[in-house]
Amino acid sequence: MKTPIIATGFVLVASAAAAQNPVLTVYTYDSFVSEWGPGPAIEEAFEETCGCDLQFVGAGDGAALLSRLFLEGAQTDADVVLGLDTNLIAQAREMALVTDHGLSAEGLTLPISWDDPQFLPYDWGYFAFVHRRTLENVPSNFRELADSDLRIVIQDPRSSTPGLGLLMWVKAAYGDQATSIWQDLADNIVTVTPGWSEAYGLYLDGEADMVLSYTTSPAYHLIAEEDDSHTVAAFDEGHYLQVEVAGIVNTTDQPDLAHRFLEFMLTPAFQSVIPTTNWMYPAALPASDLPEGFETLVMPDTALLFSPEQSQAIRPEALEEWRAALSQ
Amino acid sequence: MGAAVAVLVLLAVLGPLSAVLWRAEGVTALGPPDLSAIRFTIWQAILSALFSVALAVPVARALARRRFAGRATLIELMGAPFILPVIVAVLGLLAIFGRRGVLNAGLGAVGLPGIEIYGLHGVVLAHVFFNLPLAVRLLLQGWLAIPAERFRLAATLGFTSRDIARHMEWPMLRTVAPGAFLVIFLICTTSFAVALILGGGPRATTVELAIYQAFRYEFDLGRAALLGLVQVAICIVAGAMVLWVRVPGGMGTGLDRPVERYDGQGRLTRFVDGTAIALAALFLLLPILAVLLKGAAGLWALPGTVWQAALRSILLSLATAGVAVTLSLPMAMLIAKGRVKGLLETIGALTIAVSPLVIGTGLFLMLRPYMAPQSSALPVTGLVNALAALPFLLRALVPAIEEAEAGYGRLAESLGMSGWQRMRHVLLPRIRRALGFSAGLAAAMSMGDLGVITLFAAPQQGTLPLEMFRLMGSFRTHDAQAAAVLLLALSLGLFWIFDRGGRVNAAT
Repeated sequence: MKTPIIATGFVLVASAAAAQNPVLTVYTYDSFVSEWGPGPAIEEAFEETCGCDLQFVGAGDGAALLSRLFLEGAQTDADVVLGLDTNLIAQAREMALVTDHGLSAEGLTLPISWDDPQFLPYDWGYFAFVHRRTLENVPSNFRELADSDLRIVIQDPRSSTPGLGLLMWVKAAYGDQATSIWQDLADNIVTVTPGWSEAYGLYLDGEADMVLSYTTSPAYHLIAEEDDSHTVAAFDEGHYLQVEVAGIVNTTDQPDLAHRFLEFMLTPAFQSVIPTTNWMYPAALPASDLPEGFETLVMPDTALLFSPEQSQAIRPEALEEWRAALSQ
Repeated sequence: MGAAVAVLVLLAVLGPLSAVLWRAEGVTALGPPDLSAIRFTIWQAILSALFSVALAVPVARALARRRFAGRATLIELMGAPFILPVIVAVLGLLAIFGRRGVLNAGLGAVGLPGIEIYGLHGVVLAHVFFNLPLAVRLLLQGWLAIPAERFRLAATLGFTSRDIARHMEWPMLRTVAPGAFLVIFLICTTSFAVALILGGGPRATTVELAIYQAFRYEFDLGRAALLGLVQVAICIVAGAMVLWVRVPGGMGTGLDRPVERYDGQGRLTRFVDGTAIALAALFLLLPILAVLLKGAAGLWALPGTVWQAALRSILLSLATAGVAVTLSLPMAMLIAKGRVKGLLETIGALTIAVSPLVIGTGLFLMLRPYMAPQSSALPVTGLVNALAALPFLLRALVPAIEEAEAGYGRLAESLGMSGWQRMRHVLLPRIRRALGFSAGLAAAMSMGDLGVITLFAAPQQGTLPLEMFRLMGSFRTHDAQAAAVLLLALSLGLFWIFDRGGRVNAAT
């Protein structure tokens, strides 16, 4: 059995580094820490100034991340949690996981105002349906989409953050009529996938005309692949916003370092990494500093967003509406 | 020894389940959506297992009685779907059966209406795609275990194909098929991504998805644990029913001569066999070919981390194979003695009946106070993978051991052989084929598994499937497709080495 030896090796390396510097442990979602995510560049930049060892721990997606913190409770090693979105904030608050950040969030470039005492945003994006430029009769709202014979693929709100975002989007735009929208959308939905990756894969393979993703997704194809054939449909009822946030875990043994990390999070050293690694809009970087290509993206006129508490309150009912409408 | 393993397996399943239950603050009652999820789960699993086993019969029979160039290679390749990570296999299937798939293109070209894959039939189709290879292999093992002497005798007696079917093949199937049905049924009950994607939406909600939702979005451990208990109950009921249907084998043993078939040489049977093999090969290999075509070109441009992950996965798979065989052999020997057979087999099957998410979370809760999850990631994954392979290994090993014991047990007894001596001279040479198959299967399954590792692994510790999923999550579809090809090649390679190793000197 060679594996335990390798695993032990990792632990030794980790503890050797720990001996020299204090360790700041940041829990985040998996794609943030992958080789292609923002994690590696941010770790390097922060460690240059902090005199510490920044360790990212990746746990699935945003919901898995919260679930892990919940399971670990007071025994968690996490000092900072980074990667929840506004639909998960209320639950995190209920579990009393995070403490006040005490920072004045100045210079934010969100399309909404922000005054949450516990969570600070680091990036944001609009949910949108991505399609190929060659698509004809692009719908300009959910009603038109439902009346068309376009085929879309979406994510399951019970297992995926974008899926939950879509649920909130329809609810925010249509309120009591959400059920009828879902009923009419049912014949447009090719299928529902557990997560974003599967849905986007199906779209790229031609299984659907449109996929639920973000207005920033075409930027990846444009910048990384030099392919401008993908764009998004602008919906006139507005687009639901996803704001991704970080907070200081209240059992942290490194409160000062954790504060410094949140401050660092809103500086250009962190923010400028976001656009071409996380493929989202940075939360505190003027539009003029965005990489070339971002100016081509569709920018919705209206931002829709429930407060964390509203979102949590309407979720059970919205989920049941969704399930009932699509199960027929 | 076998009993100790059985207790260990029981603890490894019920321990984590209890840990989740213990952490939960009371059990929440199941609502109507949960009940319809349970109904759908059982129904699709029954259909999937039924079709997998029924379709495997003509294919395995054809493979057992035909000899042709490339037969061995074809058998190996046809095993591929079983060891592919779910999402890769789904994309491969859709390349054939999807909206833009080959099939619909063909139908469109001749002016026929297209077919829609999404729905219950899509779920069953995908599950048959995954499990037909396993069913074929298990039944084929059964066919190959019928001694050559029996077929000679049958030829001497002038048996027709129908006589052979009635007196030799049907009894063999009644021994082997129920067990194959059970493992396939159970593995389909924990299906989640396949059922949802090909089922076309919330109609196709399975128990596993409900568990996922309870853990991830509702933080309702009580509901998750309760659904885990429902899975245990399904396993026990299914285990009991299979036991009731199955009859013990009594084929006897021979001298391991290569089987020569004198029957089935007529034009019609040759045509039927040829068609069965050709259709199965097309069904199983075309999607795999689609995966290969999409990814092969990108293989050489894969980032270094993927190769590191590949190495890690190979080591993990080898360790898993070792642990799985070590666990299953004593347990299989105990089962073969036949005293508490049903109970032991059901315990063995529990490891695939209970949600990997429940087991993983429970282990996480149990180990967390003592060690960092990152440092236990690979050992825990290895152990869980070995446990998940156990029921399949038992299916392969138990019949082989039973045959060996039935044929040579008394002789060994009369010669006073026991312990290691008996194991070395009587048992091991006779179960070599099953043992090689088992080790290969465990290694390959571990290679393709994207299970508990996601709960534990640190960023630098990804296995190949995890790394592939990370690529997909970072838009890097082409790299992910190439990683899938690498994964496929390594899984098949590992399986091939072990499986061949078990068949040195064998003429089949």
